[in-house]
Amino acid sequence: MSPDTDFAPTRGFTGRARAADRDPRLPPGQYDARDGWPVLSAEVTPELAAADWTFRVDGLVASPRTWTWDEAHALPASEYRGDIHCVTSWSKFGVRFGGASLDSFLAAAGPLPGATHVVAYSHTGYTTNLPLADVTGGKAWIVWEYEEGPLPAEHGGPARLIVPHLYFWKSAKWVAGLRLLDHDEPGFWEQNGYHHRGDPWAEERYSGD
Amino acid sequence: MTDTLRTPGGFVPPSRFAVPGRIAVSNRAAATWQRATVLEIRRETPAVSTFRLKVPEWQGHLPGQHLMLRLTAEDGYVAQRHYSIASAPDGSGEIELTLDHVPGGEVSGHLHTVARVGDTVEVRGPLSGFFAWPGDRPALLLGAGSGVVPLMSMVRHHRAAGLDLPLRLVVSARTRQDLIYAAEYAEETTAVLTRAEGRLNAAHLAPFLGAEGQPEGGWEAYVCGSNGFAEHASRLLVAGGQPVDRIRIERFG
Ligand SMILES: Cc1cc2nc3c(=O)[nH]c(=O)nc-3n(C[C@H](O)[C@H](O)[C@H](O)COP(=O)(O)OP(=O)(O)OC[C@H]3O[C@@H](n4cnc5c(N)ncnc54)[C@H](O)[C@@H]3O)c2cc1C
Repeated sequence: MSPDTDFAPTRGFTGRARAADRDPRLPPGQYDARDGWPVLSAEVTPELAAADWTFRVDGLVASPRTWTWDEAHALPASEYRGDIHCVTSWSKFGVRFGGASLDSFLAAAGPLPGATHVVAYSHTGYTTNLPLADVTGGKAWIVWEYEEGPLPAEHGGPARLIVPHLYFWKSAKWVAGLRLLDHDEPGFWEQNGYHHRGDPWAEERYSGD
Repeated sequence: MTDTLRTPGGFVPPSRFAVPGRIAVSNRAAATWQRATVLEIRRETPAVSTFRLKVPEWQGHLPGQHLMLRLTAEDGYVAQRHYSIASAPDGSGEIELTLDHVPGGEVSGHLHTVARVGDTVEVRGPLSGFFAWPGDRPALLLGAGSGVVPLMSMVRHHRAAGLDLPLRLVVSARTRQDLIYAAEYAEETTAVLTRAEGRLNAAHLAPFLGAEGQPEGGWEAYVCGSNGFAEHASRLLVAGGQPVDRIRIERFG
């Protein structure tokens, strides 16, 4: 068994991109998907109309709240421009997502001092866990626009969570809510062997990494 | 690896999906790179080959699981991709992968055009218990192109273990020539050749989804292939009455 640090070149493999001119935006073990945007969800893509979409923040908060599509759109507009990284090893540079900062939603609900983690959940039932610190302070968004158009259904439309500094399975598609907890509680992929945090720069892919 | 189904004890939202994983994954196996030696390369179709690998420390897998394969260049540049395991679990320390030669593909291109018997690659896994099929529930399998790979592992396991619970495979390919594992299919398989008869449609699935075609307790459905196929096939299943929370999808990207 060879530890990760072992240097085991494969005969004849040169690779498409040279290590020397590797794009510095690319985390270790990732490749540039360029124009592609692979779809990797385990469930059937839901037919969820914008009018039926809601987003709820509850658990350890002062005032649990549910936003409708129109109420969410009334929050201050905020966008993410930058890169995204999927654990299946593609990255995509310079994308734009438009929506509202998660801070706006959380400010309205008022996290209680004991809250340390969140479980984000989807209208499909998908779940994923995150430290509260990873989704506050301008690090996470609820988005309904991709580039200049509506977010496509297979990519989580009408609205999804975006936590771009972590692997993309944390950015729950068809997001339905966040529950604030005083402990960490593994979500769907985390129960299936994926890492609890998922930092692409630390290559936190699977539990044990 | 333990074969126990993990029941999440904590917060589960009201929903139609929330399909649990079928098994708990061994964290150690998932986190460790192991050297694998190419033992055999077998042509399946003009664009698809099977690579038989010797993985001395292989911990075993369940049909449907995949692994991560890594290639390293002399200067340290690495490329890694996910591949489903094609072989049934057999404790031999050998596993098979079946790869489509993607035009211009970095990893599949290397394996198809440069790799030869005796070369080494690295693998970590098996990964993900979600798409695994332990052989405990009737299974309806829908695959297209190389998406048939993890499903074939299930078919092979069903045969090797002599299971008698119902298992059906519907496999879609452009032409007979593109049909992977064509010589291995038996009565459990319906092949849909899209160039001749058009793409998979409701009529192909009707025999399995009506009241007549359902086994007792219903099917666990497994769908695998490109995203386009996965979207199409999963919609047909839902339209045919298959419960959303009994559909597992593996998208190759
Ligand atoms: C869970 C899972 C299981 C899988 N199992 C299998 C399996 O069993 N069998 C199988 O065959 N595949 C499987 N795949 C797909 C596999 O992981 C790879 O995506 C596939 O082999 C292609 O990888 P590659 O390195 O050959 O191609 P890549 O180099 O990643 O290229 C992919 C595509 O992008 C294009 N491209 C690449 N670079 C550029 C560029 N610079 N400019 C423009 N276009 C470019 C290529 O032409 C090609 O069309 C699986 C995927 C997943 C997620």
